Amino acid sequence: MLILECPYCGVKAEETELHAGGEAHLKRFGPGSSDDEFHDYLFMRENPKGVHFERWRHVNGCGKWFHAARCTMTLEVFGTYSAQTYEPPQDIRDAISAKRPDWSWREFK
Amino acid sequence: MSDPVSALNGAAFSGMASVAEGGLAGMITLRGDLSSAKLKDAVKSATGAAMPVSGKVELREDGGLCWMSPDELLVLVRYEEVEAKLAEINAGLKGEHALAENVSDARAVFRVSGEGAREVLAKLCPVDMSVDAFVPGQFRRTRMAQVAAAFWLDHDETFHIVCFRSVAGYVFTLLSTAAQSQSEVGVY
Repeated sequence: MLILECPYCGVKAEETELHAGGEAHLKRFGPGSSDDEFHDYLFMRENPKGVHFERWRHVNGCGKWFHAARCTMTLEVFGTYSAQTYEPPQDIRDAISAKRPDWSWREFK
Repeated sequence: MSDPVSALNGAAFSGMASVAEGGLAGMITLRGDLSSAKLKDAVKSATGAAMPVSGKVELREDGGLCWMSPDELLVLVRYEEVEAKLAEINAGLKGEHALAENVSDARAVFRVSGEGAREVLAKLCPVDMSVDAFVPGQFRRTRMAQVAAAFWLDHDETFHIVCFRSVAGYVFTLLSTAAQSQSEVGVY
């Protein structure tokens, strides 16, 4: 069972109270971008065994979207953070580095 | 005009806890900047209650304020007074980026009380219902089996549940089934 703490209301919400929103920190490529960029934005997703960043929504609660960093293999949660950011904050990266020293995910490490 | 009636007209059930439909309740949903002094004054003058902190409810004799999310409040008032209170809040919020709406008829309320009340809710919601974790004055929006619900605990160990009126029958059946006598799990 996955338990994430919503950074907006502070509730430790169990998975059934949340809704998964897919991969985090996608950079959008819209009109004006090349076909390859648009293809990658639309279809290419990370599917790691290990550290992963995701978007979640506290749907049966405060209704806010947030980000979560977790391990897909052990279900260990490294932390949750605000949705108003383009990249994982330093404290989350430090928390991951403490447990998985050589992690990397897309351009982040 | 026809007389307003609540969803289940005061249905009640008694088992290891008492379940009762709460009747008509005035509710106003309010979205806006909860840290704004103007908004705090508007809701204080309507209910007498101060702004609740995150995850809490502030109750007064005929009203109260529930913290729904970082930008949303549920204002509890008497059903008969809801339109007047809504006008009062709207007047107080003039010029503010906020929205208040009367949602009384979109909701149903239930009361669950008695020794087994914590057990009943723990069967239905993914919430820690232990005495230390869920204290009087606490407010929680969550999932009750398959539908969204919210509840708070008052100082008499009674839980007040708010759900959508359209699922009132489902929620009453859920609560009554969970409250059947001799169905204690014995955790709380």
